[in-house]
Amino acid sequence: MNWFISTLWSSIGKKLMMAITGLCFCLFLLGHLAGNLTVYGGKDLFNAYAENLHALGPLITLIEILLLFLAIVHVLTGCFLFYGNFRARPKRYIKKKSVGGRTIGSATMPYTGVFMLGFIILHLLNFTFIDKADQTSFQIISNTFSSPFYVMFYMIAMVVIGFHVSHGLWSAFQSIGANHPKYMPFIHIVSIVFSLLIGAGFGVLPVYITLIS
Amino acid sequence: MTQEKGEKSINLTVKVWRQEGPVVKGRLETYEARNISTNMSFLEMLDVINEELTLEGKEPIAFDHDCREGICGMCGAMVNGRAHGPEKGTTLCQLHMRHFSDRDTVVIEPWRSRAFKLVRDLVVDRSAFDKIIQAGGYISVNTGGSPDGNAILVPQEAAEKAMDAAACIGCGACVASCPNASAMLFVGAKVSQFALLPQGKPEAEKRALAMVREMDDLRFGNCTNERECEAACPKEISITNIARLNREFLKASFF
Repeated sequence: MNWFISTLWSSIGKKLMMAITGLCFCLFLLGHLAGNLTVYGGKDLFNAYAENLHALGPLITLIEILLLFLAIVHVLTGCFLFYGNFRARPKRYIKKKSVGGRTIGSATMPYTGVFMLGFIILHLLNFTFIDKADQTSFQIISNTFSSPFYVMFYMIAMVVIGFHVSHGLWSAFQSIGANHPKYMPFIHIVSIVFSLLIGAGFGVLPVYITLIS
Repeated sequence: MTQEKGEKSINLTVKVWRQEGPVVKGRLETYEARNISTNMSFLEMLDVINEELTLEGKEPIAFDHDCREGICGMCGAMVNGRAHGPEKGTTLCQLHMRHFSDRDTVVIEPWRSRAFKLVRDLVVDRSAFDKIIQAGGYISVNTGGSPDGNAILVPQEAAEKAMDAAACIGCGACVASCPNASAMLFVGAKVSQFALLPQGKPEAEKRALAMVREMDDLRFGNCTNERECEAACPKEISITNIARLNREFLKASFF
């Protein structure tokens, strides 16, 4: 087999793919959050931000294709890892306790991942693949968030993303081999702060939007 | 038996996984362990049960053990869902019954992993670890006169880290406690102990590639950084060794 493919197909290679794609998504989340924060500047600022973003045209399409590619790699590799790990212990323990290594985030990674995939598909249907001819971006979000059920679902999804990222971010550094006693405690703190930032940053948005609509 | 000072006796209900062979169905069987001295080790408690079983004409519980000093890596079982029992940094033979209370129920199961085939009761075949070592867990040295001990200088920090990795006794608790039955801590320790020392450098690339390939072929699970292994390891080997394995493997693959 070609050395490149056999490297990526090894257990460490699969982890490398999860780590790099995951880190890219963390960067995307930061950019997405920064853009969404323009909501706090009022309707006009948010609409202007959305228009400027769409005006980038081909660059946006390129980023969308890249994100789709990263998502396919992340999801497929995650499925292979999950299946491989499930098969690695055919006979389960009758009694099994954690010895203190696992966190809620790490223990639920595959499940929060599947939930997020569902959420992202719904999110795209609500905000991206929608007729934008006769309504502004702000109208689209305020219409969607007018349903309290959707607001609830959205906020739960943000908590789920927070947990996924709380393990994912530091774990990505470990997977690419970047574990050093000087930096690892800092990376752990950054992961927690980042997950709180993402969870709260996005999570509070629908409440604010409902209030000002 | 004469009672030592501070010694207590406890009675336990012990549920042990019994399975006559690799292919037959197993089940948990319940035994009463009576008058167990709190100064006994966990294995000595099993010895007491086995003596009674033998006297009753029943088959004793099969379990692996050798040095009973916590250095050989032969013993090990899941005790109440934890590899080597509830004490941190302790092998099963060094786990003392003083950590249990009177009338406790103790569930004992063998290591569970696709790569570790069950032989009988609590005994599993860990030759998968030997195969990983055979794939690259060595250095090649020409025979001849003994070399000067100080000819190759080793920094103290590197020597200490290599020694920490070399503390691995290959018991398999990392695989047993890993939610994914991954052997990354074992392989990480074995790759690290050489990668950190000058003597291990010439074969470092070949070693990392071969040992990871063997580990994957043996169908161990994939590491998802759950950190259960380092928490369960009786030698408290750190997952920084897994990160070093990742580095060594990726370096060897891409450069």
